[in-house]
Formats: sequence, C-alpha cells, structure tokens
Amino acid sequence: MTKKQSKLEAINLDAYYGDFQALKNINIAMEEKAVTAFIGPSGCGKSTFLRTFNRMNDYIDGFRTEGQILLDGRDIYADDVRVDELRKEVGMVFQKPNPFPKTIYENVVYGLKIQGIKDKKLLQETCEKSLQQAALWNEVKDKLDKSALALSGGQQQRLCIARALAIQPSVILMDEPASALDPISTAKIEDLIHELKKDYTIVIVTHNMQQAGRVSDHTAFFYMGELVEHAKTKTMFTSPKDTRTQNYITGRFG
Amino acid sequence: MRVQEKIIEGLLWLSAAITILITVSIIWVLLSESIKFFSEVSIVRFLTEKEWTPLFAEKKFGIMPLVAGTFLTTAIAIAVALPIGLTIAIYLNEYAHARFKTFIKPLLEVLATIPTVVYGFFALTVVTPFLQSFIPGLAGFNALSAGIVMGIMIIPMISSLSEDAISAVPRSLREAAYGMGSTRLQTAFGVMVPASSSGILVSIILAISRAVGETMIVAIAAGQQPRLTLNPLVPIETITTYIVQVSMGDVPHGSLEYRTIFAAGMTLFVFTFLLNNLSFWIKKKYQEKYD
Repeated sequence: MTKKQSKLEAINLDAYYGDFQALKNINIAMEEKAVTAFIGPSGCGKSTFLRTFNRMNDYIDGFRTEGQILLDGRDIYADDVRVDELRKEVGMVFQKPNPFPKTIYENVVYGLKIQGIKDKKLLQETCEKSLQQAALWNEVKDKLDKSALALSGGQQQRLCIARALAIQPSVILMDEPASALDPISTAKIEDLIHELKKDYTIVIVTHNMQQAGRVSDHTAFFYMGELVEHAKTKTMFTSPKDTRTQNYITGRFG
Repeated sequence: MRVQEKIIEGLLWLSAAITILITVSIIWVLLSESIKFFSEVSIVRFLTEKEWTPLFAEKKFGIMPLVAGTFLTTAIAIAVALPIGLTIAIYLNEYAHARFKTFIKPLLEVLATIPTVVYGFFALTVVTPFLQSFIPGLAGFNALSAGIVMGIMIIPMISSLSEDAISAVPRSLREAAYGMGSTRLQTAFGVMVPASSSGILVSIILAISRAVGETMIVAIAAGQQPRLTLNPLVPIETITTYIVQVSMGDVPHGSLEYRTIFAAGMTLFVFTFLLNNLSFWIKKKYQEKYD
C-alpha cells in the first residue's frame, strides 16, 4: 500500500489570543482528496485551528502562532507568503451563508474578477461549471442576474461553495457549513461534500457527530486546545482510544 | 402615586409640544413674511432674474446669484471633504489597529468643535494668502478658500458617519471577501464600500445640508457680492451671508428689503428640508438589508 502525500500538516502548532493559549502543540497530517472532520465541544479550538490554514485569524488583534502549518510541504506562515495568494489555494465556506449583496453571477465570478480576469466567455463558463459542481445550477440558471440575497439559506450556502470553487482551490475549509440550515439543505451539502472530495481536500468543523460520521474519512477530536485523537472515522467512532473521546462521542459531555 | 405619574407624563408631553410649537412658529414666520414678499415680487421674477440687488436704487430680485454662490462653496467643500473623509473612514475600518482607532477618532471630532468663526478668519488670513502665492488672480474674498475650509470642517461628519456605516457591514461579509483572496484594498472598495453605500450617501447628504446652511465661514471669507458665476476665484455671496448682511444692517423693519431675507431664508429652508428628507428616506429604504 502506497502512502498518500499529506496535503496539510501542522507541526508543533501553538496559537494564542493575547495571553490565552487556544491551541497546544498540535501535530496532525491530512491526506490529499479526503475529508477530515474536526469535532469537539465549543471553545475547544477546532475553529481557531481550521482558520489557521488560510490565516483567517491574522486580523484578530493579539492573535499569534508558533510552530508550522505546511501546505504541500510549504510553511504558510513564512515571511514570503502572500496571504491573498494563499487564500486562492485554500478556499473557505463559513458557518452562516455570506453571499455578497450582488447578483448570483457576480458572486460566483467575484474571485476571478479580483484576479483581473475580464474575458466574458471564461467568466460565464466558470460560473456555470462552478454552480453545477455546487449542485445549484438547475435552480438558478434562469436568474443569474437576480440578487443572491433572494435565495434560501441552503441555496445561499451552496452559492458560497460555488464561489469558493470558481477560483479552483485545492483545499476547502468548511466551518460548520450546515449548522444554520434545515435538514434537507444539510443533506444536500453533505452529498456535495461526497462529490467534492474526488477533486478537493476538505477540512470540516462540525458540532454534529452524525454528520462527521457520514461525511468524513478521518476525524480529529479536540478538547481544551489539545488534539486528543486523530484516526479513521470508523475506527474513532467504534473504538476510541482516549476516554475523553469516548465520553464525548457517547454524549457524556459537550 | 398616580397623580405623580400624571404630572410627569404631562411634563414630558409639554416639552415635546413646546419643541414642535417652536418649529411650527419658525416656519409660520418664514412663510407669512415670504408670502408678503411674494405678493410684491412675483415668484417668477424671484427665480428667473439674474441679479440680486434689493439694497440698490435699481432693485433686482433674482435669487439665482445667491443660490449659485451657495452651490459653489458647497461643491468645493464636498470636493474636499468627500475623498478625505471617505479615505479616513476606510483607513480606520480596514487598516488601523483598534487601539489607534480609539485614539484617532476623538481627535478627528475636535475638527467639528472648532468655532466656525475661527475657521472663517483662518480662511481669510491663512488660506487665501497661501493660495494667492500660486493663483495670482485670486481675489481677497473668494469662494475657493471659504469652500476648502468649509470642507475641512465637515470632514469629521463624513468620516465619522461613513465609518459607522462601514463598520455596520456584517463581519461575515468581510471574511467572505478575505476568504476569496481579496487584498485589503479590494475588500474595502469591492465589498465594504458598496455594501455600505446607502450609509455613505446619507453622510454626504447631511454634509451637503450642513455646508448649504454654513454661515460664518462664507460671511467672513467669501465676500458679499451676489454674482451669478461658477468662478471660484472671485468674491461671491451665499444665501446665508446675505441674510447676515441685512439682519445686521440698517434696513427698516417691515420694508420690502427687510422681507427679502425671509424669502432667502425660505429658499434655504426648502433646500435643507429636502436634503434631510432625502437622507431619511434613503436610510429607511436600505436599512436592515442584511437581516
């Protein structure tokens, strides 16, 4: 059996908000084209950790990291890394759908336009392809020039996924992408994750244990800023090694 | 207990009623004196004549020169205040550290607390001589320096209100922009400014309204010569300046000359009333777009 190359890797990572240490010596490697779920109780650091992969915490006053985050073997916190370039490689979908107050079309092509791409044909093709990948094309193809804010919550979230896909990242970070959605929309997003992992490396934070079980290949359990356990999802849910993991997934706390 | 409640309620009602009553009486005085004025000078003459010389032997009652003067100084003020104010708002929101922001914001508000009469002689004694050093044709009294100084005065109005509008844009939208690989500049101009455009527009309209009604700076530095021109280098007169000129002069009460200030005041009131309503309407129409 050949070992897959690790796409994302954290080495001895510590993170601080001022004096508070949010992440304690995290070491983890994540496979390419697989889904890794981060689970854990609120405040355990899983969202903070997710946001280090595209340096989304940079704008928080007092936030700093020690250690390394590697993307394809390259340290993304190195001095010569341009954050805007990094984020084109590592896309993100947020907890609450956050489309821009623009048309559906303008939302999808936003990432291309800020890169200076003006070729109308290319923009339209990318728009259609991304919306199809996000399983939204059939619902919106006749109203691309309508405001994105008129869509339902579930549609808005898939639009945000399409928007992230349009710039062809290799990694997609999802921060509780379905927690604000109804069960049917949630199922659609989960199906979508299954499809997307053929081409993308996906890291998803979730509060929903069943969801982690359904969508992920690997699961990492965080508790009080520590990475307690990281294993194949099946293994973790059937025979957790750490008692804290066991207590959490059986619902004894959290 | 109940009696006490009644008294307090009555007092509260009274203070509201007095405020409204005063406003209504001001409008009534303006209106009744203006009506007397317009019974002698037709409104068509008032709006179409190209000269304003009510205090001369040969009287002309065209308001347009005063409107032009007001428009000119206001336009110059906005041309100064808008780019600077908006830049400050964007800088404070997207670039400045939180600690720097809490320090610099009150400092900016100081600009708004300087008495306008100080601004006036600053325009006359500092800005005009300075501008004359490289604009040789600039008159001692002119719209340009009065407009520029007025612009400086209203910078905090635009920067502060625009900053409020930009920071009211949900954080999720800023994160969406950054998450897509936008630079700070692209985030600011591509997402934050368009998303807060209604608030920014309101700040501009209120600034215009303030500039239209501004009196002291223009009275001191812009001159007292009603002139139908858009040339910023020569002396002009604004509506407000004219009202000051007549109020402080020796025009007999009840005369036609005296009533011109009510007609001028009415014109001014119509402008600011429309502007304030426009801003109110925009605010109402676009508020809570994200909820």
